[in-house]
Amino acid sequence: MKFGVVVFPGSNCDRDMIGALCDDLKQEVIPLWHKDKDLSMFSKEDCIVLPGGFSYGDYLRCGAIARFSPMMNSVIEFANSGGKVLGVCNGFQILCESGLLPGALLRNAHQQFVCKNVFIKEEGNPAALKIPVAHGEGRYFASEEVLKSLNDNGQVLYRYCDENGKLTDTSNPNGATEAIAGICNEGRNVFGMMPHPERACSNILNNEDGRVVFSKLFGLS
Amino acid sequence: MIYTAQVKVMPLKELLDPQGKAVMGGLGNLGLGSIKDVRIGKNITLQVEAESEAAAKAIAEDAAKKLLANQVMEMFEITIG
Repeated sequence: MKFGVVVFPGSNCDRDMIGALCDDLKQEVIPLWHKDKDLSMFSKEDCIVLPGGFSYGDYLRCGAIARFSPMMNSVIEFANSGGKVLGVCNGFQILCESGLLPGALLRNAHQQFVCKNVFIKEEGNPAALKIPVAHGEGRYFASEEVLKSLNDNGQVLYRYCDENGKLTDTSNPNGATEAIAGICNEGRNVFGMMPHPERACSNILNNEDGRVVFSKLFGLS
Repeated sequence: MIYTAQVKVMPLKELLDPQGKAVMGGLGNLGLGSIKDVRIGKNITLQVEAESEAAAKAIAEDAAKKLLANQVMEMFEITIG
């Protein structure tokens, strides 16, 4: 399996993502430039990653401009033909703006940028994973109809929880609807999440819970 | 002919607008407690070359739907001046 990590102007987690995939998870990684559009070196088994950061300065809305970059047109095509795509933080915002994932990410309810370790849990698994978040606009929102279909189809990947895996008001760092931290599309090939698993894959960082996320999504260990 | 289009983008009514809430708190601290709600949006001005006002409005609407507003969380209104 190969990974392509797209670098937009203003991306700032691209190196973290490349480092985690390459050095910690021993995967082949190809950095991709937003002005290019060639994804012919990737097959459906591979994954394109949209990293965190502040693409295009977060102008207009987070992810709104990145969506129209030449590379994103290719990524949308790649996703629609069944290729895997992962968006983390700003990458999640770009996926929502591009329509590859439903819903939107709004300003945090408390109006502050939040940068800390939080706990998240997989649906149906009580084990809490400690993963960092760093965002000002991470409050997931979708219409009731969309929320229902996400829940019915098992498209909610992660919810914010406390260290014991319990969903509580205080464990939701941004006011996200139903404490949603990450979702996938109906085809289960496009994944988006606000927390940063790439920042938690190395014992040097004293946190390897991010490996559990990559293992769940891509079978990597 | 060049028309000026004003695109007003506002967060949907049912959504919490934390920016507006923070500003309302500030207004309250100034003694302007009679202001009961504040919501903050964007005003975007476009210069549109078109053959008629209706055509200019249609172009601005297309821009608003495709980029200027995200209708999952925002609504927009267009006025041509």
